[in-house]
Amino acid sequence: MEMVKLIIDGREVEVPVGTTIMEAADQAGINIPRLCYDPDLSALGACRLCVVEVEGNRLLPASCVTPVYQGMVVKTESDDVVEARRTILELLVANHPLDCMTCDKMGDCKLAEYCYRYGVKGSSFTGEKHNYPVDNSNPFIIRDLNKCILCGACVRACNEMTGQDNLSFLYRGFNRKATTAADVPYIESDCVFCGQCVAVCPTGALTEKSMAGAARRWEVERVRTTCPFCGTGCNFDLAVKNGKVLGVLSNPDSPVNQRSLCVKGRFGWDFIYNEKRLKTPLIKKDGEFVSATWDEALDLIAARFKEVKDKYGVDAFASLSSARCTNEENYLVQKFTRAVMGTNSTDHCART
Amino acid sequence: MAGLASTFGSGAMTNSINEITTDAELMFLIGTNTTEAHPVIGYKMRQAARNGCKLIVCDPRHIDLVDEADYWLRQKPGTDIPLLNGLMHIIIKEGLEDKKFIEERTENYEELKTIVETYTPEHVSELTGLSVEDLYAVARLYATTDKAMLFYTLGITEHICGTRNVMSCANLAMLTGHMGRPGTGVNPIRGQNNVQGACDMGALPNVYPAYQNVTVPANKEKFEKAWGVSLPDKMGLKIPEMFEKANEGEIKAMYILGENPVLTDPNSNHIRSGLENLEFLVVHELFLTETAEYADVILPAASFAETDGTFTSTERRVQRVRKAIEPLPGQANWQTICAMSNAMGYPMNYKSPEEIWDEMASLSPSMAGITYPRLEAKGMQWPCPTADHPGTGFMHKGKFTRGLGLFQPSDHIPPGEMPDEEYPFLLSTGRILYHYNVTTPYSMGIQSVWDREWAEVNPEDAAKMRLETGSQVKVTSRRGEVVTSVKVTDRVMPGIVWMSFHYKETPTNALTSHHLDPITGTGEYKVCAVKLEKV
Repeated sequence: MEMVKLIIDGREVEVPVGTTIMEAADQAGINIPRLCYDPDLSALGACRLCVVEVEGNRLLPASCVTPVYQGMVVKTESDDVVEARRTILELLVANHPLDCMTCDKMGDCKLAEYCYRYGVKGSSFTGEKHNYPVDNSNPFIIRDLNKCILCGACVRACNEMTGQDNLSFLYRGFNRKATTAADVPYIESDCVFCGQCVAVCPTGALTEKSMAGAARRWEVERVRTTCPFCGTGCNFDLAVKNGKVLGVLSNPDSPVNQRSLCVKGRFGWDFIYNEKRLKTPLIKKDGEFVSATWDEALDLIAARFKEVKDKYGVDAFASLSSARCTNEENYLVQKFTRAVMGTNSTDHCART
Repeated sequence: MAGLASTFGSGAMTNSINEITTDAELMFLIGTNTTEAHPVIGYKMRQAARNGCKLIVCDPRHIDLVDEADYWLRQKPGTDIPLLNGLMHIIIKEGLEDKKFIEERTENYEELKTIVETYTPEHVSELTGLSVEDLYAVARLYATTDKAMLFYTLGITEHICGTRNVMSCANLAMLTGHMGRPGTGVNPIRGQNNVQGACDMGALPNVYPAYQNVTVPANKEKFEKAWGVSLPDKMGLKIPEMFEKANEGEIKAMYILGENPVLTDPNSNHIRSGLENLEFLVVHELFLTETAEYADVILPAASFAETDGTFTSTERRVQRVRKAIEPLPGQANWQTICAMSNAMGYPMNYKSPEEIWDEMASLSPSMAGITYPRLEAKGMQWPCPTADHPGTGFMHKGKFTRGLGLFQPSDHIPPGEMPDEEYPFLLSTGRILYHYNVTTPYSMGIQSVWDREWAEVNPEDAAKMRLETGSQVKVTSRRGEVVTSVKVTDRVMPGIVWMSFHYKETPTNALTSHHLDPITGTGEYKVCAVKLEKV
C-alpha cells in the first residue's frame, strides 16, 4: 500500500494514499468537529464545520472529503478555521430552537457540543425561523424538523443502510427540507420504521418517542444485548433508568448489524411491559386460574409429574422447549426431560 | 436442517451474513422474503445488489427484493424441485459443472445426473410456469459466477417435500463448487432468535447438545456420567408425534416453555384436542397465551431483558444476552427450571447462566472453546473446539463435516393438497415485516399500527368476487375457517391467497395443511386449498 506523510498541527502523520484529512487526523488522535460526516455513510461535505487550513490553499477545504497528499501541512484549529466554524454554528443556531433545557437529545447533541466547544451562545444573524409542525404521527419516532440542520444523515441512512429510499431533500434555499416523498408525515409515507434515521441524527430532530421526557442521555445506563426476534443476531443497547427499560439505542460495535435494526428490534421491545404479563404462578381450580406462590406451584408440578411417571411410565411425558429462550434455558429443559423425567421426548419449533 | 445435515454433515448456515457485502458476487434466493422476515440481512442484500452483486430471486410472490433483482423466477408454488433440477440439467448439458469439485469432494454424482436428465427446460417450463429463456440465463449466470451464495428459508422447508427441497439446493451448490469459500455456500436463514441455539443445546428428541446422537452408546455413557443418572436408550418424539400421542391418550403430561403451538402449529384444532386430552400440563410463559389456556399450572416467565444468557444466531454466532432489569415475576427462567428439578428430587444448583454454559460446553466438542469472557467483544461462531480456536466464519473448507458431500437428488413431489373445484384457491402463509410470530402483537406500539390480518388477493380474482381492499372474507379449508380483511394486490398470482399468522383474531393455522414432511415433521404451511366467501 502506498503511504504518504503529512503534517497535522505540527505532528507528522503517515497514512495510505486516498485517506481524507479527517481520517488522518482521527488516526493521530486529533478531533476535527463534524456534523454531516458519519463513518457508515457516504461523505457529503455539506455542513462545512470540518473545514481546515491547508498551506498553499487560499480556501478552507472540508476535511471529510479532501484527500491527503505527500507533504501536506494542515492546521485544524487556526484562527481562520475557528472563525469560520463560529460563523457556521451561528448560522445554524439562528434558525434552531434554543429549548435545549427540555430537549431529549441534550447531552448527545452534536450541535450543542460544538457550540459549547466554540463558545457560541446565540446568533448575531436574525431573520425568519422555521415553524414546522412536529410530526407525531406514529408510535415510534418524533420528527421535529425545526431542529434539523440539513446534514442529510437521515437521507443517506434511509438510502444506504436500509435501502428504503423514503427520504430525500425537497425544496430550495430556506425552505429546503429532509423529508418523505410528497412531504407527508412518516406514517403516511413508505417508511418501514427501522429507525436508522434516528440512530444517525446528530441533533434533536429525530428522537425515540418512548424516551421523550423520560431521561437525559447521561442518566441512561446502556446494557448491550441481542435482539429477541428473528435469527439474524442483531445487537443493541437497552436504555435503562431506575430499573426500567426506556428504549433501544444502536450500538456501532454490533458485529452483524452495526447500527442497523428493524422496526421489531428497535421499537418492539415494549412487549416486556404489556399489562398482560404474568407476574405470579397460576393454578387452575375448577376451570379458573388462581394466583399461587412459587412453592405451591412447584410442589404441585413435582407431585403430578411424579405421579404420571409412576403410573404410566417415562413415555407418558414430553416437553417443548423454546427457540425464543436462551441456550442455557434450553440446555436445562432437555436435561430435565432426559435426566429427571427419563425420556428423550423434547422438541421445539425448529420444524415449524 | 435434516437435508443439510445428511448432505454436508452439519445442518447449519454454511457461511456468514457479512460475506453478502464483502465477498459475494451473486445471491440466489429461493423461498426467502428476506427484507420482511430477516430485515437486516435484507438491507445487506439490497446494498450488495446496488453495488453490482447479481441477484436472482425465485418466489411465486412479488417480494420487495424482486425490485432489486437481475432475474425473477416466479415459479408456481410447490415446484421448487423441478426448478432446481431444471437449472442443474442445463448446467450439466452445457458442461458448466465444477468437475474438479465433484470429483474430489462429493459422492453419488451419477444418480444426480440420471435424475436431472429428464428435467429438460421445456418439461420444467411446463411444471413451473417459467420461461425456457430465463432458466437458461439463470443456470448459466449461477454456474459461471465464481462466488455465489444461495439463501433459503421456510419457503423451501415448509413443504411436504421440504427436506428434498433443501437437498436440491445443496445439490445445485455442490454441482457448481459454490461451497467452502467466503461468499459461497448454502445458507438457511433461521427463523427465531435462538432456533439455532435450541437445536445446538439438544432440545431435540434425537440428539444431546452439539448433535450427539442419543442412540450412540458412547454418547449416552458420557452424559450419564456427567449427569449422574441412567438415560433412555430410544429416540424421543417429535412435536407432531407428541400431539398425535396426546390425542391417542398415550402422552399424559407435558411441560411447554415459551411456545404457543395452538397459534403457530399447522392444523391447530388437532393441537387443541391433544392439549385438552392431557392429564397435566405446565406452561411456562410471558402471557396467558392460547396454549396456556389449557394448562393446569402456568409459570410466569422472564423476558430477554430480565435474564443473562446467550442466543445463537443463524450464522452460528453465540452472543450474550444481558440482564437489564429485574425479572418481573421475581425469578429468571433458568432459576425456575432448576427449582422444578429440585422439587422433583434431582438437584440443579447452578449459581449463574455462565455455570450452565460451562457445563454444556464441557460436554459439547463443537462449542468446547467458547466461554463467556470470549463472547464479550463480538460473540463467537461455532465450530470452536478449543480455547485458542478463533471460531468458524464459513464451514466445509477443503472437506465437508461428513467427509464427502452427498448428492441426494429427488424427483418432483407435488404438494399434499392442491386447489380443486370445492376449494379453488391456493393458500400460502408467511411473516410480515412488522410482526414477529406471536410476540409482537403484545407490543403496544406495533399493534397500534398493524393490528389485523390483510389477506392478499390478486386483482383478477378480486374483480370476479367483487372484493376490494378492506372487504371482509371468510376463508375456509377442509380443517377450519377464519375471517380476514382483504388487500387487493398483484404481489400474488391469480388463484393464490397469501396470509400471515400473527393475529389471534385471524388464526390462519386453523386452515393450514395436515401434511408433513415425512423426514422432519415440518408442516406444509406454504400450500393448502381454500375457498373464499365475501361476508
